[in-house]
Amino acid sequence: MSSDETVMDTGYTEAVTSLLYQLADDDFMYSFRGSEWLGLAPHIEADIAFSSISQDSMGHAAMFYKLLEDLGAGNADKLAHFRPAIERRNSILTERVNGQGYYMETPHYDWAYAVARSYFYTQAKKVRIDSLCESSFKPLADVAVKVRMELYYHKMHWDTWFKQLMSSTEVAKKKMADAIKLVMNDFGDVFSYGDQKQQIESHGLIGSEEDLKGRWRMNIEPFFVSLHLQVPEIPEGPVKNGRNGEHSGDLDEGLATLSEVCSADTAAVW
Amino acid sequence: MAASVQVSAARVYDVLYKVKDPEIDSVSIVDLGMVGEVITDGNHVKIVLLPTFLGCPALEIIKKNTLNAVKELPEAGEVEVEFAYNPPWTSDRITEEGHKGLRAFGIAPPPLYFKEDGSWHVDCAYCGSTYVTMENIFGPTACRSILYCKSCKNVFEAMKPVSTLM
Ligand SMILES: [Zn+2]
Repeated sequence: MSSDETVMDTGYTEAVTSLLYQLADDDFMYSFRGSEWLGLAPHIEADIAFSSISQDSMGHAAMFYKLLEDLGAGNADKLAHFRPAIERRNSILTERVNGQGYYMETPHYDWAYAVARSYFYTQAKKVRIDSLCESSFKPLADVAVKVRMELYYHKMHWDTWFKQLMSSTEVAKKKMADAIKLVMNDFGDVFSYGDQKQQIESHGLIGSEEDLKGRWRMNIEPFFVSLHLQVPEIPEGPVKNGRNGEHSGDLDEGLATLSEVCSADTAAVW
Repeated sequence: MAASVQVSAARVYDVLYKVKDPEIDSVSIVDLGMVGEVITDGNHVKIVLLPTFLGCPALEIIKKNTLNAVKELPEAGEVEVEFAYNPPWTSDRITEEGHKGLRAFGIAPPPLYFKEDGSWHVDCAYCGSTYVTMENIFGPTACRSILYCKSCKNVFEAMKPVSTLM
């Protein structure tokens, strides 16, 4: 393995590290929010699927944290569980709560929001992973090839749910429209590399922000056109940019819950 | 230099055939296509495993079982097991013997190709009937799906096909 590793200059290592934090933290929070749905999805098949997707996504996060560990950033488990909100680089979208209430008590989670978030997030992840398969950083490209195969099934699942609810009853359509609005309000930093943009884009690690946005739009457009709907617009310049460590209170809440679980059983394999 | 003992890769493979997937104990990790490489240097043995699904909780158990099994070889000294992602594990790495083992466990082996729309088809793992419906593409573990056979009315599982063409 080490034979094809070239000596990396500091600028390159910093760029890879920045990108890996964004990828790892995204999947980590997405997986955590997904796992809170356990036992609450509309029916058993949806429940099994969602928990399986969350487990896969945690596996993806673990791979990205492992690459960080290999680059000397520290122990992968600790990077995942014990970094404060200000050090996190996930997009705001992935940290948002599932709805009102705590999942151990009386959660009033919004399934329309879950489907909309997962649909747009997975479409974005697909575009990012496809691009990463060509990454100049070979260990990342190798992992991306593995992730792409699993993502295939995630995308198939969320495409199906999204399309069904979007072409369902008037109530469902209204709920989906509201959920899409919420999701898109938070979409401004999903394709952003934050203040690391120049560094990340100049090393051939992944496509540019504009390139990925364009591909994302191209992929979802046919479905929206078929329903005579506009493709949702990604807001320019996010109010808060998670890639720069700017987050909502939802992240603090999420991390507190996570570390509770983790401190209660530090030997648990996740 | 100590007396030079050379561990043969063939002996290591013999041992690896006895290491099973903890969730499907009728198939060895070799027949699952998980063994990427066996490297021996004197009495030093290194085994490179290819993970099936990244979040699979069985991976750590498989790693430990592999390590312990190879250490049982009297001629083996230091034994290392590591995961690698290149080449990526794909379901076409499962051997013919692996397919038999899966069927013996009531799991349909992964189909070798996808249809044009990206879906795929397997026959019933029990009766071989082609009249089956997909119940849930996500099964009890990351690598399996749940199907229903309309002929023998059994619910059965199938290994999900995984390919770099996806
Ligand atoms: Zn049957």
